[in-house]
Amino acid sequence: MTSSGATVPLPRPSALSQPFWDACKRGELMVQRCDDCRTYVFIPQVACTRCFSPKLVWVPSSGRGTVYSFTIVHRPQQPAFPVPYVVAIVEMEEGWYTLTNIVGCDPEAVRIGLPVAVEFREMSDTITLPLFHPADAR
Amino acid sequence: MVAANPMHGVAIVSAYNTPQARVLPEKSSLDVTVDAIRGALADAGIEPSAVDGINGNVGMGLQITAAHLNYLLGGNPAWIGTQRPGVPALLEAAAAIGAGLCETVVLAAGQTGRYAEREKTAPWTRPSNEFVECWGLYTAAEFALIARRHMHEYGTTPEQLAEVAATIRNHGHRNPQAVYSGRGPFTRSDILGSRMVADPYHLLDCAMTSEGGAAVVLTTVERAQELPGPPVYILGGAMERMGPSYVMAPVWGKYGYVGRRSARKAFAMAGLTPRDVDVCEFYDPFSFELIRQFEAFEFCGEGEGGPFVMDGRIHLDGQFPLCTNGGTMSFAHPGVAQMLQKVIAGTDQIRGRMGPVQVPDVEVAMCTNGGAAALFMEVLLLGRESAA
Ligand SMILES: [Zn+2]
Repeated sequence: MTSSGATVPLPRPSALSQPFWDACKRGELMVQRCDDCRTYVFIPQVACTRCFSPKLVWVPSSGRGTVYSFTIVHRPQQPAFPVPYVVAIVEMEEGWYTLTNIVGCDPEAVRIGLPVAVEFREMSDTITLPLFHPADAR
Repeated sequence: MVAANPMHGVAIVSAYNTPQARVLPEKSSLDVTVDAIRGALADAGIEPSAVDGINGNVGMGLQITAAHLNYLLGGNPAWIGTQRPGVPALLEAAAAIGAGLCETVVLAAGQTGRYAEREKTAPWTRPSNEFVECWGLYTAAEFALIARRHMHEYGTTPEQLAEVAATIRNHGHRNPQAVYSGRGPFTRSDILGSRMVADPYHLLDCAMTSEGGAAVVLTTVERAQELPGPPVYILGGAMERMGPSYVMAPVWGKYGYVGRRSARKAFAMAGLTPRDVDVCEFYDPFSFELIRQFEAFEFCGEGEGGPFVMDGRIHLDGQFPLCTNGGTMSFAHPGVAQMLQKVIAGTDQIRGRMGPVQVPDVEVAMCTNGGAAALFMEVLLLGRESAA
């Protein structure tokens, strides 16, 4: 891929992760939860990372959380990402963490602890990405 | 009942870097790896036919395996290692020698020609993981997420990060072997004034990329006595991994102190404490990672790493000289071969071979690979005297 025709690298779902991406396409954020110990597990796994149980089930997330950490990126991974952009770890209300981008605000307004909510951006026929914006922004 | 640690019967008898440069257009990755093996064996006074164990990594892709290097050396090796070249490969080899599987092992790595598309970040910084790459992450952003949370929790400052980067770059400035030899001196203001890459990391807070080869030779303490160079003894070491690298969100609260378990194990094995360390050849991909390692290895308390690195403590004449050859910010960063170069820096300091960046009377060197955002850490303690 060259800088002229640059496109953002999109996920290639596996059988394990397909339910997550299917849900995003429907505008829902889903996460696995252990039926034995109730731990939320993300990214998708075949066993609970706390008790090793195989009984993981997909459940809906509230889609709300807070910024756990962030960085304003000025040197892009590749030219397809316009700078500056905000990469963040969001701590979800249910206690699991996800990487994402914070959008819908000035990058300089992002801070640790900022309440955020999920939104979805259709990137291709098969991939819709979950991004987050400040919870009081819309 | 476990017998005396068999690794204490193993010594490094050679540590060799080929010439390092930003680019080596005439050389392939295999060329520099073989150059490193040849140089290391000559330095050790060992014939290629005497090597009976090998582990090597040519470039990043592992297409040319240790088995090919084994063939070039005459097909003698009885043992082939599988760990990544650096501290893990060294510990694996030392365990194999200690167990009697082989007697003399060469570890080698080298890389050229891998970073051509300069509009992107270096290829090894962009792992193509499903829940990472699509949001524009790469290693600088991963390590920035770790650093930012520490700054939030403990008040660690950009100036403290800059002190680390300026110190390491000044060591490289004074080292004639460094790719960026003579490029300094650097002040904290120079670091803070360089362009922002991924906040809080400026360009000069980050490792550079370069090309070259590196090799280390290990053998039994008995065999080492018959060789010309002073041996360097393995005192302790350990490996630790919390998960796959650059796949999970790098959450400080979960992974911030990766390396603590391995450091405790290594110090216990050596019968030493952090206060006994004379030089710190720590992995230095980004400036905060060094502050984090001083905390993780318990050189200082949690959250105290920022103030700890100030006031000259990590300078060449300080209590804990850090990345004395200039590290990956200034000396060299030829892909994964940098892992082996940490071992070489510690070995050279103990042998008194570091020229203008030599620290006087080095008895104990600590060498590390890995980092918080990578979810793994490997630790090695080397000594001028045997632990046995
Ligand atoms: Zn469970």
